[in-house]
Amino acid sequence: MDGYNFAYLDEQTKRMIRRALLKGVAIPGYQVPFGGREMPMPYGWGTGGVQLTASILGADDILKVIDQGADDTTNAVSIRHFFQRVAGVETTTATTAADVIQTRHRIPETLLRAGQILVFQVPIPEPLRFIEPSEQETRLMHALEEYGVMHVKLYEDIARYGHIATTYAYPVKVDGRYVMDPSPIPKFDNPKLDGNPALMLFGAGREKRLYAIPPYTRVESLDFEDHPFEVQTWEHTCALCGSDHSYLDEVITDDKGGRMFVCSDTDYCQTRRGEVA
Amino acid sequence: MKKPVLERPVLLDVQDITRLYGPGKGCEAIDFQLHAGEVLGIVGESGSGKSTLLRVLAGLEAPDAGRVIYRRHAGEDVLDRGEAELDLYAIGEARRRELLRLEWGLVHQNPRDGLRMGVSAGANIGERLMAQGQRHYGQLRETGQAWMHQVELDPGRIDDAPRTFSGGMQQRLQIARTLVTRPRLVFMDEPTGGLDVSVQARLLDMLRTLVRQMGLSVVLVTHDLAVARLLAHRLMVMRRGQVVETGLTDQILDDPQHEYTQLLVSSVLTP
Repeated sequence: MDGYNFAYLDEQTKRMIRRALLKGVAIPGYQVPFGGREMPMPYGWGTGGVQLTASILGADDILKVIDQGADDTTNAVSIRHFFQRVAGVETTTATTAADVIQTRHRIPETLLRAGQILVFQVPIPEPLRFIEPSEQETRLMHALEEYGVMHVKLYEDIARYGHIATTYAYPVKVDGRYVMDPSPIPKFDNPKLDGNPALMLFGAGREKRLYAIPPYTRVESLDFEDHPFEVQTWEHTCALCGSDHSYLDEVITDDKGGRMFVCSDTDYCQTRRGEVA
Repeated sequence: MKKPVLERPVLLDVQDITRLYGPGKGCEAIDFQLHAGEVLGIVGESGSGKSTLLRVLAGLEAPDAGRVIYRRHAGEDVLDRGEAELDLYAIGEARRRELLRLEWGLVHQNPRDGLRMGVSAGANIGERLMAQGQRHYGQLRETGQAWMHQVELDPGRIDDAPRTFSGGMQQRLQIARTLVTRPRLVFMDEPTGGLDVSVQARLLDMLRTLVRQMGLSVVLVTHDLAVARLLAHRLMVMRRGQVVETGLTDQILDDPQHEYTQLLVSSVLTP
């Protein structure tokens, strides 16, 4: 496309973001500030993830974009089109075929492999924010590893609901050091962060922070001894592919109480159905 | 026969502390020692520099000059690094905050400054324990309830938010939250300020019992001489940033020597 640099951002900006990314990879879970640019989309639509993707994308890379696990929702479609136009890269919906996967809310069910990069769109990068409004103070708390307050939140959950009711943005400790907010993924996906062979990058556009989990890094979800970390389970199986081990969305089908449970990862669901048929 | 310990070891050695915001504003050339198990009261009128002094002692504000030395004795080092003496402002901020978290406690005048208003009473009491690495929900809860009982709060209200508590109850909660880790040294800034007289009396009674039971060392800042008489063993009278008189509490209140102390003692209202 004429008039734009490859992948929209100018080279200096991409260079700046890549340097920040290198720092993020070197210090797993640490939030690195970067000079976020205005992107041609509103904050909250994935400007952080888009900037990260733009700065790591190569001309030969194959891109996949998912939103809530699906390849065909608004956010996914518009970001995929964006990169098709400004970078001219090949896109795919197949998890296995992609080199770079930009995601909002999910980690694909299909196991990732070494060499793939998963880019998360992050709304609030600071896991301590809910209890400490001051940025200066939260940075100090990270620096000094003062993470007692994270358990205050979990304690509150158990006191109020009888179990840890945090179901998304469930805090994790990366490589035994930094407590990190793994973007709004469901806690169902938290175990996939641990020791994952793919590189995982997190970008928050509004807050202008990025952080990373390098491949094969230890990632633990915080919990109590007598209330250990657990993931969601469903009584149903996927109505389309019959999967009993993937993250299910409840879809309302009519106004008479009809509903069905389907895999939120559309590519995974379709692949399974293709294999069964 | 076992002899009683007459000379208690020094816990806090304050050497020539000066922190001035302007001439006569702040505190100047303060020198004293706090012994283990002792309650030291700092009294004076508003603006006499007593709160500034407390902030410097508690590690919240670096002094312009002078040193605060914290002494530990065998087996008292929580982290057991084998340090007998800590210069509060020579160690890094990380160590200072760690000290505040593990071995010291701070009770604010306004419980809103010391409590997390958004989370339940139980979480407030448990926070310091969780910061120390306790990760067992059942035990945290038991400790929380035991402490609520200790400070005369209804343990059944453990899941209520502090904002639903009255001022006196909030202050009790703050005290429970601070003492739960059994600190060796506690700083209190007007712990009974803003409470009505009957609530104040019960709170003081409770504080006195706790201090004696736990063998706490306390630095207590107050403008209320009645509070000082009830709690403090020793008094320091401050005026315009300087200490004008020190001595045993009864001695100072019954036989004040300095003219300012005389004025202070004679201005107490008796109904």
